[in-house]
Amino acid sequence: MIPSLPQSKFSTRLYAAYITLFFIYLAAPLVVVGVFAFNDSLFPSMPWNGVTFDWFIGTEAPRLGVFNDGQLLESIGYSGFIAICVTLLSVFVGTCNAFLFERHTFPGKNVLYIFALMPLVIPGVILGISILIFTNSIANGVEDSFGLDLDFLRPGLFIVIMGQFAFVTTITTLVISARLRKFDTSLEEAALNLGATKWEAVKTITLPFLKPAMIGAGIVCFLMSFENFNTTLMLVGSDSPLTITMFDRLKQGSTPALNAVSLILMVVSGVLALISVFVQRDKKVPDSE
Amino acid sequence: MSTFQMTSGTEKSDTIPMLKLGTFLLMLPLLLWLFLLIILPHLDLLTVSLREKLGYREYAFSLQNYIEFFTEPLYWNTFVRTAVMSIVATMITLVIGFPVSYYIAKVIKGKKRNLLFMMCLIPFWVSELVRTFGWMILLRESGVISSFLQWAGLVDGPVELLYSDATLMVGLVYTSMLFMVVPLVSVLDTLDDSLIEAGYDLGGSTYSILREIVIPHAMPGIASGCIVVFMLTLGNYLTPTLLGGKDSLWFTEQIYNQFITRFNWESGSAFGFLLLFLSSAIVFVGLKLSRQTLADTVK
Repeated sequence: MIPSLPQSKFSTRLYAAYITLFFIYLAAPLVVVGVFAFNDSLFPSMPWNGVTFDWFIGTEAPRLGVFNDGQLLESIGYSGFIAICVTLLSVFVGTCNAFLFERHTFPGKNVLYIFALMPLVIPGVILGISILIFTNSIANGVEDSFGLDLDFLRPGLFIVIMGQFAFVTTITTLVISARLRKFDTSLEEAALNLGATKWEAVKTITLPFLKPAMIGAGIVCFLMSFENFNTTLMLVGSDSPLTITMFDRLKQGSTPALNAVSLILMVVSGVLALISVFVQRDKKVPDSE
Repeated sequence: MSTFQMTSGTEKSDTIPMLKLGTFLLMLPLLLWLFLLIILPHLDLLTVSLREKLGYREYAFSLQNYIEFFTEPLYWNTFVRTAVMSIVATMITLVIGFPVSYYIAKVIKGKKRNLLFMMCLIPFWVSELVRTFGWMILLRESGVISSFLQWAGLVDGPVELLYSDATLMVGLVYTSMLFMVVPLVSVLDTLDDSLIEAGYDLGGSTYSILREIVIPHAMPGIASGCIVVFMLTLGNYLTPTLLGGKDSLWFTEQIYNQFITRFNWESGSAFGFLLLFLSSAIVFVGLKLSRQTLADTVK
């Protein structure tokens, strides 16, 4: 059961074998996606025809590599734009929420806190359709009453950003609140005693203290936005972000260029994930998640 | 967690006086976020689900969409099937994930432990689309496993392993594993080794120690893991669409079809609301049974 207790060799080995199998299960799909990015064949499947880099740098169809595939590059651009907007918005609102819930009292606080957690239990598809319906209602209402066509409220980048922002903000609120709870308010009081205004004290002392959590939460937001599928699927217009483009190609059957994009995606998100772990590691405040 | 936080909040705002206007300004983003993107859209979803289209932008109140759902066996069966499959997937995830979490929390120590734990988290950082794509390459007729079986002489021709309920299960369990392992590892971490040793000294077998000591202690983790996994599975769209067969309809696919393919927003909204209701009901029952709060689960 635990190493300090005597155990038969057989059961220990059996247990270790099970754990090994589990990690093979965990790694297999990811390894396979990565490896087949280099297969010299038109389809991401067996047999293995040797190594090629065409799926990254190939210039002509059908051997069009990622770096020359206009549609893929464009959708990466859209995804990046959406992710940056979502990150900036949700870190800002999350920080406001953290101060509000940790520092202020007001009627209905508990109810609002529960509502702020709600996006975690709403399935992404439902969040997507409800925002689609709501923005559409507003756009129709405005069109009927004022004759104005609010194009940004129709499926497209703006409402994709809104949809992702709607649930990602819960995460930033939780992460930044957790950090703010560990802040020693006497530091801020000292600044106030020394003649700082309230805003100066927050800006020079509290916000720098929150910075690791803000950066960490920001990276998580960026990744969640970049990789979001369910909510985005419902709200997307003609400008498809990367996940939607990849989904369409996957359904049609695609060349290993899709593996190449996936591999790049894996490497980039792995690096970002490591950075977020590194940034939030803090010796003075253990367990800063 | 929430109550503790509320009281500490009160103390802090006593020591640092705040303007009421300041509180209001700080509350503004929260209110805009919750009302414009969460509360009003869901109320609108409910309204749309309760109306019937009479003509171009002409509607009347009606329960027609819900009646249609309960009278059309295809919708009803898909709904039940999705719920049952999600429960099964949650159970399998728990059974597979528990020994792994126990190994990470109790058996292995030091750097290796951290490494194994990090390895469990990696798939989460990779897009679900990429993970599903990986399973497609492994399992399709011209895929890695089929080729391996042929090479090993176990089968004569290519075998199609995709598009079945079993494949779908593999994918669903894979996608949600992390959300089971993380809460289980953190709850098992808090179990004192000496309790297990005491159980052993008193003559308990592995099975009785597990049943009497380990599992009761891990109950909160099991509950929150199961709730999160169930919710995610129920709302999954990608895995059933790409790995499931033609007849393995998932309820989110029905919603998508109503909205995007058939452009029947009224009945799509009704379906959406039913799914939301099912998901919330199960989460609520799960929280009540395990005596937890939503705030504990997200901790």
